[in-house]
This record gives sequence, structure tokens and C-alpha cells, in this order.
Amino acid sequence: MRPDKNKPKRRFSWSTEEGRALIYQVVAVAILALVAWFMLSNTARNLATMQIRSGFGFLSQPAGFDIGEGLVAYASSDSYLRAFLVGVSNTVRVALAGIVLATVLGTLVGIGRLSRNFLLRKLCDGFVETLRNIPLLIQLLGWYLVITELLPTAHEAIQLLPHTYLSKSGLQLPMPVWSPGWLLALIGLPVGIVCARLIRKSAQRKRDRTGDAPRIAVPMAAVIVGMPILGWLAGGAPTAFDLPEATVFSISGGMALTPEFLALLAGLTLYTASSIAEIVRAGILAVSSGQLEASSALGLSRRQTLRLVVLPQAMRVIVPPLTSQYLNLTKNSSLAVTVGYPDIVSVANTSLNQNGQALECISLIMLVYLTISLLIAAFMNWYNHRMALVER
Amino acid sequence: MARDIDTTLLSSARPAPVADRGPGRWLRANLFSSWTNSLITLAILWLAILIVPELYRWAIANAVFQPDFMSCRAVGREGACWGMIAEKFRLIFFGRYPYLEQWRPLVATLLMMSMLWISCYPRFWRKWLAPAWALVLLAFILILRGGVFGLEYVESNLWGGFPLTLLLTVVGIFLALPLAVLIALGRRSKLKAIRSFCIFYVEIVRGVPLITVLFTASFLFPLFLPPEYNIDVLLRVQIGIILFTAAYLAETIRGGLQAIPGGQYEAAAALGLGYWQTVRKITLPQALRIVVAPLVNTFISTFMDTSLVTVVSLYDLTGALRLALGDPNWKAFFMEGYLFVAAIYLVCCYGMSRYSQWVERRLGAASRR
Repeated sequence: MRPDKNKPKRRFSWSTEEGRALIYQVVAVAILALVAWFMLSNTARNLATMQIRSGFGFLSQPAGFDIGEGLVAYASSDSYLRAFLVGVSNTVRVALAGIVLATVLGTLVGIGRLSRNFLLRKLCDGFVETLRNIPLLIQLLGWYLVITELLPTAHEAIQLLPHTYLSKSGLQLPMPVWSPGWLLALIGLPVGIVCARLIRKSAQRKRDRTGDAPRIAVPMAAVIVGMPILGWLAGGAPTAFDLPEATVFSISGGMALTPEFLALLAGLTLYTASSIAEIVRAGILAVSSGQLEASSALGLSRRQTLRLVVLPQAMRVIVPPLTSQYLNLTKNSSLAVTVGYPDIVSVANTSLNQNGQALECISLIMLVYLTISLLIAAFMNWYNHRMALVER
Repeated sequence: MARDIDTTLLSSARPAPVADRGPGRWLRANLFSSWTNSLITLAILWLAILIVPELYRWAIANAVFQPDFMSCRAVGREGACWGMIAEKFRLIFFGRYPYLEQWRPLVATLLMMSMLWISCYPRFWRKWLAPAWALVLLAFILILRGGVFGLEYVESNLWGGFPLTLLLTVVGIFLALPLAVLIALGRRSKLKAIRSFCIFYVEIVRGVPLITVLFTASFLFPLFLPPEYNIDVLLRVQIGIILFTAAYLAETIRGGLQAIPGGQYEAAAALGLGYWQTVRKITLPQALRIVVAPLVNTFISTFMDTSLVTVVSLYDLTGALRLALGDPNWKAFFMEGYLFVAAIYLVCCYGMSRYSQWVERRLGAASRR
């Protein structure tokens, strides 16, 4: 017999808690549905009177506008869909570069704030307090003007390194000419990382068995660096580089980073680094001093203490807010529209000004960002699950 | 026995070695405690020697402080042209507000600032504070808008500069707060439909950048309403900011609600309090007290986020600066303008973040008694 048959039949009246709960929810849903219906019917009516088409059919039509840069080949006769893809690729490109740079810089500054050196400490404090209290938009616009107004023109570009030029028209870098050797080198990297992990596993097993911890730092590094080099050699050791050359009027060749990209990257990196520095600092401070005393009582050196005791515990505190900073950086990259970098928001903005289909274009932007948010949230859940304290 | 101790021995104890006290000791401990430390110190000092004199020459020695375009151009890149700010100060600070009426936004701003000042003191956190704020906001808007008490009517698309930044921030927070409380309660509600909706709302809004919310406000709100309703862009953007801020505030407040021990709910239930009575008299006051510091931090981010409204062509502080730099004569001196506006934001935000730390310590101390 099913257990709920024994229960008295539920009476949905005002006098029972369940009844009230049901009534409240029905009323709430009804109000929401009414508001949604009101907005949708107005939208339909307004679109009809303004004679704007609706639906996503426009995506397959030619976009008809140019996009300054992108990883995906694009011409103005290509479709809107392709234009949006270029925008997404640009968002991802600047966000990834920003995440890497901001993490490195933020970690260094965060550790610098805990330094024993008074000057370094104060310098890092000043960096954090200044950058995170000035709106990102001001910083971005400022960087953009600094690059496009204060830097010299292309024909008197600053040479940072051999064949690396910085000027009003951006940063020109040497770029290896694509050949199978480079592909093999790229494949070598994950292979090297897997090998390094295997080395660590076996070392751990040996330690568990004998209590003797083999030194593995050098072999691990050798494998990670060596495998790509091996791949590169196997591919015939290509050495051809596409070098930027300064000609009379401009610089040609190599990989060019536009001033828009540079300004956006600089702004996002510095602004996010100031937040990451705070997170790193708080994470390290969260490791209780008893842990440090215990590890020195066990005879661990300063470096061992940092690597084996402080970092693993600090990471548990650092990673959740760090992922939300990555998410913030990605969302903030939408400010690209103010410096003219063609990210997804700029492309959608141009499209909606052109064809008037605001509803569709804005939904597409939201869809892109929500997807990225979901991916990052999924990663964070996975990490938290892996890193959760295992209690006895 | 204690009295047998020869006190002359004590008083004649030698002072610590010279190397171990005074500035010498401080220098050694803080700047030259090890090789790497000394290297860092020297590197920083070397950088300072390179940069500071250059900076001094640019910002002070060679700088032009008069709003004199000709001498600014003569100095060029060698010195700062602070005259640009002297010339454009009113435009940057008040935007396109009619020049002769600019005392009105000034009065309104001072009123709002003093109200903010008062609200900073925990001793004024009383029941009358919310209605007082409502009055101040109403007065602020009336003074800017005019059309009453013989004040000339000024259209909202002419409002700008710092008063607009302040208005968008304070109204944004003031109206987002009650909404956020409802959403936070809804997210913890036992009613599934309400809880799902609140989770959906918060996650969607927090998942997208503010710029899309502003685009929605500027392009889509008019579509959602019947054509005869014609809300101006300032109001639409303000609604967008309120809806955006509410999602973030709701998460903050939910954090406060979660921190309240279950015994409080049980005690309230034992006393026979209903849901809303429990919320109003027991849980919400405690939760809000816990989250004052995070609330101030949300206030700071909203203050900085309002700079984005320039994207939908409102001239807040940032937008007014871009307006001022549109003048071809002064365009070359963008650096001075940006530094000036950045300094305004820096002072306001740094002050608020120090306040947030102070209030956290103070309330923390109160609850630790």
C-alpha cells in the first residue's frame, strides 16, 4: 500500500499552511504571467507599428559592416552569424589574455603586500588602493588615449626588443610561421604535463611505501619543457619567424595587437589584478599561524612550508573568489564597446543599430555571457568538490 | 626577598646596543633584513629617483595653473596644464546643466552629501532615517527639476556631472534595498514557485554585464510598454540600475540572513510571531546589522558602475569629462582631465571603503561583548 493513501485528503483552504502556500504561489505565478503577457503583447504591437521584423532569421543575411580584427576570417559580405562569432572570439581572446596576466600580476602584488620590505609593501598597497577605487571605464579610456595620443607614430615606433615595436598603431610582435613542427610542439606540451603527473604519482607512491620523498622538481620541469622541444625537433625544427619590419611609413609583418586590444587588456588586467591581490593576501593570511609553527617544529624549510603547508590551504580560500573575479573580468570586457574593440557587445550594438532588432541582439549578448557564467560556475563546483576538506 | 635586590644594579643596566634601537633598527628590520630585501629596496629607490623628479617637473614645476590656452600649448608635453580643469571645471562637475542655474545642483549635492554624512553614524540608525532619506531624495530631484517654487524647469536630459552620478547611485541603492530584501527572503522561502523565480532572477542578472542591462533599459523598455507611455532615458536607466543592483544586494542580504542562528527563528515561533513579524522584528534587523560593511562595498561598486551610463548617452561625471574633452582646443590635455576625475572617484571610494572597514570593526566589537 502506498504510504500517502493513509494521509487525510489535503484540503486547500485558507486555514491550513499548505493551502495558504498553494494560494500564495498561484497568485505569484498569475501576477508574473500577467506582467509577462503585458510586456510581450506590447512588444509585438510596437514591433508591428514600427515595422521591424522579428526572429533570428537575420543571422543568415549579410552583415554589411566591417570588423577591425578577429581570429575568425571575416568580410563585410559575410553573415550576421559570422560577425557574432568574430565578436565572441574577440571576447574570449581578451578575457583569456586578461585572466592569465591579471592572475600573475595579482599574485605578485598580493604576496608583495605581505613582504617584509617596507617600501615594497607600501608600493603594493598603493597599487591596490588606487586601481580598485577608480572606475574601470575611466582607466580604459585613459589607457586608450595614452596609447593613441602619447605614443610615437608608427614610423618612429619604440623598439622594445629586437623586432618588437610599440607605437600609436599598437604592438607588433614576431610570430612563428605556421608549420607542422609547431603543431607537434603544441601537442608535446600536454604530453609533457601528463608525463610530469605520472612522475609525481610514482614519487608519491614511493613516498607512501618507503617514507623517502624523491626530488622530482627537476625531472618534472625537464619533461614539461622537453616534450614540446622534442615535438619541435621531430617536425624538422622550423625556425622561420614572421618578423615585423619598420618601413618608412609603417611596420609590416608579424603579429599585430591593435591599440584597442591593448587598452582593453591593460585596463582589465590592472583593475582585476588589484582585486586578485586582495584575494591572494587574504588567502595567505587565512592560514593559521599554528600551521606555520607546526611545520617549523617538524623541521620543514621556509620553501617547503610555503609549498606543502601554506599554499594548499590558502588555495582552498583563494579559488572561489578568484573564479568570480575571472567571471567579473569576462563581464567587464563588455566595456570594449567604449574603446571600439569589436567584442560581442560592440558587434551586437552595431547590428542592432543597423537592423533595429534590439530584442534579438540583446538576447544573443545575454546568452553568450550566461553560457560563459555557467561554464565558470561548473568549473568552480568541480574544483570545490575536489578540494573540499576531507574530514575524518 | 624582593627588598634584598640591589636596585642600583637594575638602574645601571646598559641600554640596548645602538644597532638595535631607533631608526637604525627600523631600517634594518624593514628595508635591509636580507640580501634580497636590500636589493628590492635599492631597486625601488632607483626607480623613485628616476620617476619622482620627472613627475614633479611635469605636475608642478613646469605646469600651467591658469586657464590660458596659449601658455598651455607653449608648454606642450613638458608640463601639465591644470588650467584645463580651471577652464572646464563647471562643465565637468555639472555637465550640460544651464550655466546660470548651476547653484541648484550644487545645493542639492551638498544636501545629499550631508545626509550621507549623517547616515554614517550608527547612532542615527533609527526608524526616521528611511523617511528622512525619501524626503532628501525628493528635494534633490525637485531642486534639479524645478518647475516649482519659482525655479525654472530643467529637462532631465540636461542633468549631468557629479550630481547625476550621485543621484543614480543613491536612488539606485535606496530603491534597490527593499526589492533586494524581498528577493533575499524569496530565495529562502519555502514556497517553491517564489523561490525558483528569485533564484532565476538573481542568477540571470548577476550572469550578464551591466552594459546589457543598460542596453535593455535604453532599447527594450520602450518596446515593453504601450506606445503612449514615453519614459525619458534617465528614468529608464535608473530603473535598470535599480534592478541590477537589487540582484547583488539580495545576495549580500541573504548572506546576513543565513548567518542568523536557527534558535532565533525557533524563539520567534515559540513567542507566536508570524512570518512577517519574525522578519520585521527579529531576523531582518540582525541581518542588516551584519551586512553593513558589504552593503557599503556594494554602494562603492554602484558608485563606480554608474560611470557606464555614458554608453547610453547620459552625461554623468565621466560623460561630462568626455564632453569637456570634445572641445578641440583643450582636447590635447586629456591626461589632466582624466587624472582630475579619477582623483574625485578615488577620494570618494577610498573614503567609503575606509568607512566600511571602520564600521565592520565597530559592529564586530559590539557583537563580541
